[in-house]
Amino acid sequence: MLETFKHTVDYLSSPTISFSILTVVTPILFPPTDWFDKINRKLGFYLLWTKTGCAVALSVITFFFAVGYMDKNFSVILMKGDNFPIVLMVYSIFFFTWLGMHKAYINDERLEKGLKPSEYNDPDDKVLVWPDLVYIEFIALILFTVFLVVWSILVAAPLEEPANPAATPNPSKAPWYFLGLQEMLVYYDPWIAGIVLPLFCIIGLMAIPYMDINKKGDGYYSFKERRVGIFIFMYGWIVLWLFLIVLGTFFRGPNWNFYGPFEYWDAHKVVALNNVNLSEYFWVKLLGTGLPENIILREIIGFITVGIYLFILPIILAKTWLKDMLEAYGPVRFVSLMLFGLVMLSLPLKMYFRWIFNLKYFIAIPEYFFNI
Amino acid sequence: MAEKKNKKSILQTLGESQVWKSIIRSGVPHTRRQRMHAILGSVFLHLHPARLPKHAVKVGYTWCMGGLSFFLFVNLTITGILLMFYYRPTVEYAYTDIIDLTEQVPLGIMRELHRWAAHAMVLVVWLHMLRVFMTGSYKPPREFNWGVGVLLMTMTMFLSFTGYLLPWDQLAIWAVTVGSNMARAHPFIGHEGPGASLLAIGDINLVHIGSDVRFALIGGRFVGEATLLRFYVIHCIAVPFIMMIFMAVHFWRIRKDGGISGPL
Repeated sequence: MLETFKHTVDYLSSPTISFSILTVVTPILFPPTDWFDKINRKLGFYLLWTKTGCAVALSVITFFFAVGYMDKNFSVILMKGDNFPIVLMVYSIFFFTWLGMHKAYINDERLEKGLKPSEYNDPDDKVLVWPDLVYIEFIALILFTVFLVVWSILVAAPLEEPANPAATPNPSKAPWYFLGLQEMLVYYDPWIAGIVLPLFCIIGLMAIPYMDINKKGDGYYSFKERRVGIFIFMYGWIVLWLFLIVLGTFFRGPNWNFYGPFEYWDAHKVVALNNVNLSEYFWVKLLGTGLPENIILREIIGFITVGIYLFILPIILAKTWLKDMLEAYGPVRFVSLMLFGLVMLSLPLKMYFRWIFNLKYFIAIPEYFFNI
Repeated sequence: MAEKKNKKSILQTLGESQVWKSIIRSGVPHTRRQRMHAILGSVFLHLHPARLPKHAVKVGYTWCMGGLSFFLFVNLTITGILLMFYYRPTVEYAYTDIIDLTEQVPLGIMRELHRWAAHAMVLVVWLHMLRVFMTGSYKPPREFNWGVGVLLMTMTMFLSFTGYLLPWDQLAIWAVTVGSNMARAHPFIGHEGPGASLLAIGDINLVHIGSDVRFALIGGRFVGEATLLRFYVIHCIAVPFIMMIFMAVHFWRIRKDGGISGPL
């Protein structure tokens, strides 16, 4: 019975399956349009944001980790001191996302009835910071200190053998909060996964307030009024950042190969690597000629594909499907939204091209380290 | 009963003494006016306004995450200073100093406190961002402060990353090797980045393994002695210094942008 559970989890955790499940589930959980909202209502996904939903989900997470701590393979990973924050992360991120959505649903109902959000109080009815806020801060500070001290007494900070530049551990992993980036290295070259995407993350986050022209939902929890924004944020944050961290920590073993959480890290696991560049698909497989000498000519299809995706697609969208959006947002906001959105979307797209077509690079110019 | 009322408790006597009043300025606050003065008259507490709307003091609204981020920063500064008493950032001593710290120092959980608080800070800062996003608190007039917050989050992760190297064990150097190898691939200024080979005069490459951005970060061609010193200085002085300036702006702007967000 337990073995079946473990095998199922191992099977479901493989990046292709788990990532696809999350990609399908996220728009249903945070429905950006009426159509997704209908599916959400039909399948009862909204029940997750009720108190029962919270209890059930926390029990499932607890069951998973309980089995994990007792499993001889998974416990090796879970018992590493530096991996405990990820267990905390899974719990706290779920709980606080739940809390936010729970409160948002309450407010959505109130707003529908024409009431003010539950956070609203009479502006003249203020409370004194001394003692009403100061004592809350004091209690929070003491509780958190107690938590840290207990954690510190129970779990020793990890210390391995002295640094040895000659002995590379397999796998070598970055600190846990960067494992999402390390996971992206599977699909993108370091200059994109390590430099361009993080930079877009930071600048994109900073640009959110300037791109979001929706004035509603300021200063209280709400979902319906801001559903598109919340969906995009949640997909980027939970699926493309946090999930990749979990994947990189728990499911990546020697040679960065995939291992299910309950699977033994066998360093001799053989994984076929037969990735093909787009240029090879076009010139060798389709036309049957060799690769041309001229680099630009060789990669012409890749340049066209990337060019269409990043530059032509926004223009087409602006003239057809997103015409109203362009008008409402103005050209500068529209262009930045498209740029950040398409770059963010390029990660899951590249992952699927890799999984379905074994595509290595759209543009492959290793001569200049320019691979996309 | 009447006798009891006249009797002052120790706390009251203390609160009205000359010493207490000279330090706290206001004595133990009893009236509304005195309580407001207690906030306004303290250099630390006047970070807060004297009065707040009701929702602003509820844990359910703020989750306390911003305050806890700041608390963890202070906590890490204190534990970090204590660790600096014992730690020398050289390849020769770094690892043995850590061993010394764990085995010789009485009640030595300072390293644990520092490490776990650092991990917790990354999480708490993320949760603070989630709260601010979910309540739409980044909307005008708070756009700029959200940007400052994003930079503070980036610095938090960079601080955690530089601190990871200091124990100088296998975990440390390989995590930092993996992390800093990304800098090799920086466009134009990393020696394995796109466009780097274009920056050349004739046959002489301007950007090579001994002159690129990774070299500047780790102070050598590989993670070694220079990296340890560099990361130590960045971790203990440079980033905390910049971060304090950003935090000052962050807190000041909360007040200037109309205090904590809330429904109108």
